[in-house]
Amino acid sequence: MNYRLILNIAVHLLRARLKQTVVAAVGVTFGIAMFITLLGFMNGLNDLLDGLMLNRTPHVRLYNEIKPAENQPVNLSDDYKNATNFITSIKPKDRGKAIYNSKTIIRILKEDKRVVDVAPKVTTPVFFNSGTIEISGIINGISVAAEEELFKFSDYVTEGNIADLEQNNSIIIGSGLAKKMMLAKGDIIKVTTPKGNLASLKIVGISQIGIAEIDDVMSTTSLSTAQKFLGEPTNYITDIQLKLHDINLAPQLAKEFGTKFGIDAIDYQTANSQFETGSNVRSIISYSVGIVLLIVAGFGIYNILNMMIYEKMDSIAILKATGFSGNDVKWIFITLSLIIGLAGGFLGLIFGFAFSSIIDTIPFETSSLPTIKTYPINYNPMYYVIGITFALFTTAVAGLLPALKASKIDPVEIIRGK
Amino acid sequence: MSSKVLETIGLTKYFYEPTKFKVLDNITMSVDHGEFVSIVGKSGCGKSTLLYLLSTMDTDYEGQVLIHEELVTGQSDIDLARIRNEKIGFVFQFHYLLSEYTVLKNVMLPGLKLQQYSEAEIEHRAMDHLKTLGMQDQALKMPNQLSGGQKQRVAIARALINDPLIIMGDEPTGNLDKKNSDLVFDIFKELTQEHNQTLLVVTHDADFAGRTNRIITMEDGKIIS
Ligand SMILES: Nc1ncnc2c1ncn2[C@@H]1O[C@H](COP(=O)(O)OP(=O)(O)OP(=O)(O)O)[C@@H](O)[C@H]1O
Ligand SMILES: [Mg+2]
Repeated sequence: MNYRLILNIAVHLLRARLKQTVVAAVGVTFGIAMFITLLGFMNGLNDLLDGLMLNRTPHVRLYNEIKPAENQPVNLSDDYKNATNFITSIKPKDRGKAIYNSKTIIRILKEDKRVVDVAPKVTTPVFFNSGTIEISGIINGISVAAEEELFKFSDYVTEGNIADLEQNNSIIIGSGLAKKMMLAKGDIIKVTTPKGNLASLKIVGISQIGIAEIDDVMSTTSLSTAQKFLGEPTNYITDIQLKLHDINLAPQLAKEFGTKFGIDAIDYQTANSQFETGSNVRSIISYSVGIVLLIVAGFGIYNILNMMIYEKMDSIAILKATGFSGNDVKWIFITLSLIIGLAGGFLGLIFGFAFSSIIDTIPFETSSLPTIKTYPINYNPMYYVIGITFALFTTAVAGLLPALKASKIDPVEIIRGK
Repeated sequence: MSSKVLETIGLTKYFYEPTKFKVLDNITMSVDHGEFVSIVGKSGCGKSTLLYLLSTMDTDYEGQVLIHEELVTGQSDIDLARIRNEKIGFVFQFHYLLSEYTVLKNVMLPGLKLQQYSEAEIEHRAMDHLKTLGMQDQALKMPNQLSGGQKQRVAIARALINDPLIIMGDEPTGNLDKKNSDLVFDIFKELTQEHNQTLLVVTHDADFAGRTNRIITMEDGKIIS
């Protein structure tokens, strides 16, 4: 088959019907542009919300949960080994919140190839004292460098510098807390621990996560400061947070580390299952809108090709009479629709990118998301690849039926009719 | 080169709409190389139908058609298309030029399909044919800028582009006035005499038929002389 000739004929047929061709291509352009824009915007939002959660939630968190001992004494007794034991009124056992042997665990985890980084943490409930009032809250003692690496904590520090946490007895308090207690950077805050220890900490910054419940209670200090005012040794760690190379491995690794170290472990997916659902729904919406638009565009192409075939009966008849086979004719019309799809789709990508860029510049400021200044857009090249593939696929399908019809035209019938 | 260019053995064809009837009844004939043959007969006797069978475009018949002593009956769509492209040139009553292409490109199209020569060479040959037909000045016009007689001459040039074994015409002068049909006839005559081109032409024009080498007369689907 002579593809150049077929392409040449297809282009000439298109040129003769330029207006309709443009209308058909614009249909595809519109579909693809909407598809790209929607997908980019929806996924931008997804990323933003994921980021909001992901930045606050480690891929895997190891901790000690307060719960009853798994092996109750009766189970250890040989006498009742084969019996079904009913135990009522079990009370949880306080193993303490500290992770036993934390230094070793951290060392082993740091050597694990699947783990990007490990951030140890001390979490403790406290009372913040301001004059006569006491406000309950939480203090996270963090390893500043590791926390920054895992969670980009500095993004959420609206005033001050996280490096200042390295100073002894310094603290960064949540914005809600600062407001309630009328405190600002440079002030001193008094803290009472559950065991009754008192400490005075200097405020070196204000943090804003964007979730009011957290900003109202959470404050951050360094690991050593937290250990010190709790009166605990330097191996006192309540949480070990992990960042993995592949987040999809989190459930599996959580299970593995949980058993290996005899500790509770929770993975990102379990902790944020409701967020996943939201993301999926947004993706499904953008895909279905894009596909619906493309189907509409496909019908447009189908109509125009059918019309063209009707108008070009004579040409098809003479092409066949002078030696073009049904197959050649079929390819002429498939090529026709692919040209419409390619041109329309390519323009669609450009417009999609343009629309995305425009949305990207629209201001979107909200106090809950201090780092976000404009609407979020995801420019994943994959969407563009999917977009152009969709465009070609729909136009090929839309062109196939008319093309088959054209290939079956009987030249004798046309010529006899004249 | 064998002298028999076209041969039919017992060609019979039926139409089933509205009722079954025999359009062609056991037609056996042949055309030799270099002959200029005309087919005449009353309207509706089956001349066009016969020509469509010979052209390989209509494959629904009984009997056999041989082109250049090769059986074409029963060959595939693609093979038949190739045979038409390579061995048969057509001139119909209507010109069937593609309105999207220039005169020159219209003439070149079957040649581009065959790909026996390079594009430049095909263009050169197309120009030569247009020149013989006195059309070289119109080569770059679009078909709708030509007169009826000119269009028909372009159609003849297109039929010639692949040096076909045989040119078939179905009332090629049917739409033309006396002057133009004489012109077309002279072209045909010249082709047989100077280029030894084989021609098979259906016509209503007794004058036209009278000047050909041989006349096949048909009546009710049969050849009577
Ligand atoms: N598709 C068809 N279905 C049924 N009958 C047909 C069909 N095409 C042609 N016929 C009939 O077959 C007969 C032969 O038709 P054909 O076109 O071959 O005649 P013709 O000899 O070329 O006539 P004319 O000189 O008028 O062109 C006619 O009686 C016609 O009515
Ligand atoms: Mg006829």
